[in-house]
Amino acid sequence: MEQENTKPKEKEGFFQWLITNIGRLALSVAIPGMTFLILRAGFLFLRDNDAPQWVTAIVAILWGVGGIVAFFFIFNWLIEMLPPKWKRRFTPFVFVGPAMAILIWYLIVPVGRTIYLSLLDANSEVFVGLENYVYAFTNDAMVRAFRNNLIWLVLGTGSCIVFGMIIAVLADRAPAWIETLVKTLVFLPMAISMVGAGVIWLFVYSFRPRPPQIGLLNAILNFFGADPVPFMFNQPWNNVFLIIIMVWIQTGYAMVIFSAAIKGIPEELKEAARIDGANEFQVFFRIMIPYIRGTLVTVSTTIIIFTLKVFDIVFTMTGGNYGTEVVANQFYIQRWVAFQNGRGSAIAIVLLLMIIPVMIYNLVQFGSQTEAF
Amino acid sequence: MKKKNQGNVFVILMLALLTIVWSIPTFGLFISSLRSEDAVNSTGWWTVFSDLKNADLSFENYSIVLTGRSMRGDGNVTRGAEKIQMIEAVINSLTVAIPSTLIPILIAAFAAYGFAWIRFPGRKLLFILVVASMVIPLQIALIPLLIDYMKIDLNGTFLGVWLAHTGFGLSLAIYLLYNYISAIPRDILESAFIDGASHFTIFFRLIFPLSVPALASFAIFQFIWVWNDLLVSLVFLGIEPRYEVLTMRLKNMVGTFGTDWHLLTSGAFVSMLIPMVVFVSLQKYFVRGLLAGSVKG
Repeated sequence: MEQENTKPKEKEGFFQWLITNIGRLALSVAIPGMTFLILRAGFLFLRDNDAPQWVTAIVAILWGVGGIVAFFFIFNWLIEMLPPKWKRRFTPFVFVGPAMAILIWYLIVPVGRTIYLSLLDANSEVFVGLENYVYAFTNDAMVRAFRNNLIWLVLGTGSCIVFGMIIAVLADRAPAWIETLVKTLVFLPMAISMVGAGVIWLFVYSFRPRPPQIGLLNAILNFFGADPVPFMFNQPWNNVFLIIIMVWIQTGYAMVIFSAAIKGIPEELKEAARIDGANEFQVFFRIMIPYIRGTLVTVSTTIIIFTLKVFDIVFTMTGGNYGTEVVANQFYIQRWVAFQNGRGSAIAIVLLLMIIPVMIYNLVQFGSQTEAF
Repeated sequence: MKKKNQGNVFVILMLALLTIVWSIPTFGLFISSLRSEDAVNSTGWWTVFSDLKNADLSFENYSIVLTGRSMRGDGNVTRGAEKIQMIEAVINSLTVAIPSTLIPILIAAFAAYGFAWIRFPGRKLLFILVVASMVIPLQIALIPLLIDYMKIDLNGTFLGVWLAHTGFGLSLAIYLLYNYISAIPRDILESAFIDGASHFTIFFRLIFPLSVPALASFAIFQFIWVWNDLLVSLVFLGIEPRYEVLTMRLKNMVGTFGTDWHLLTSGAFVSMLIPMVVFVSLQKYFVRGLLAGSVKG
């Protein structure tokens, strides 16, 4: 507001700038135009070419990354030519604009659009009211999916937390090289895709009606004289065996975070309790657990969200058959196998409603830990 | 100085047990991947150790799974293996994962700088939008995006997948980088401003180099996430079989595993190799990213 009196001057400056810069103006159209044409040529090449695949891949990578860099440079270059006042106004939007545009298109607007689609029929043409939601909450497969997701949530999250905590506490008391080795090996499954993990466990769970067994678990059962078990087909226990895969992957995450938190507990605190006659279990439950409560909540909520969205494991191992449906798998099946836009959208919204309370709780916890704004 | 309980046998034994339980499934798969088709189908991998001299281990399965060609005999394409061609899927996975990691980093770093160091109207509101979008599970976006993609012919293209991964990883990236960039001491930037440097110059000359640790954390996190993703690729690349990434191809092999167990083993290992190498060599940055609060919608 204090710059009100300088406004006419700015305007004059702008016209002068405009007249003396026709050439630059022409350039400012020509250069983005040329860049656009080059990028378009790249796009057409990528879409229609017959070159060897690795050539396509390298062109694709250069084109994708180069395009983004070019975008920022051209916008900055255009803005540099504006009078200072306009430059100041536009600069922030060059910085945050692209990110916000992508976020709004890819995540924020789709919430509204999915709600809208969930009120339409399979082909997104006829308004059907809440019919898809009635389906989502009453269909047999969906009801089983909710039940299974609950089992995943309780058993999966619980096991990750318990095992993660046990390993973190024990590793903290071992010699340094053992600690590093153990933590690396337990953490390693985090790097493996859920599809890959599925294949690994297919070999553990493999079932043959008669020996010799090639699956480790059935071979152990056989060794003790027990009958082989078809782990993936026995309802409802097959859910538990799928959950074990997820626990195998995610425990490393819990362990690493807990380990860092445990190392942050002042040694004097534990020592003082021990001098007062507390045994190791009392030190753990009365001193350590309360001290890392915040971390415990964050890790739990993160894993809960992970289990609510679990898809790959079920999709790879059973495809949701034999009573192992989960909500995220039903979402995929409804839209991409049964081509039911409406039902798929409704299930996605249900998933959002399941996750939001947990996530908000998590973010509130974040907010109190880190200073965002 | 940390006091460690050096000789506690119970602790060591428990750790050994847990570590063995955690490692055996992967180890078993690795041994299986070195065995012949007949051996994989007839006996368990552990039998190798009872007769090490006659174990007959080789990289045959890897050769078949990557190129479709056997290392033995006439080197012809093995029956049924021509559809696997994992090397194609490896290249596809790299083509998806590298730009899907680099593009969001650049865009998010710009945004994080903008939020941290430039005052502008609507800044707070936009940042709230960023944090709010961390709450949204990506399943919400898939159906509307597929509709858009089909309209503008992006469905089944790499560009479409890059943008999707960018969109889904961006809010986390901005949040992590914002926390880092906003903590850079003000004096460093102020002297640059006094010298008349523009935001753009400051960003590229000062902020970007200073943020390398935070950028690395996010890069590793995003790379492993994208590499291991199945759903996004399935949805946006699924209609083009020649663009199948590793997770998709492996999933398709599981669908037909009845006959090809030996190929499944090496296929799974090929898909794990790159993330494992990245992970083990850069574990420090990955853990730092996790500790900074990596939750992905």
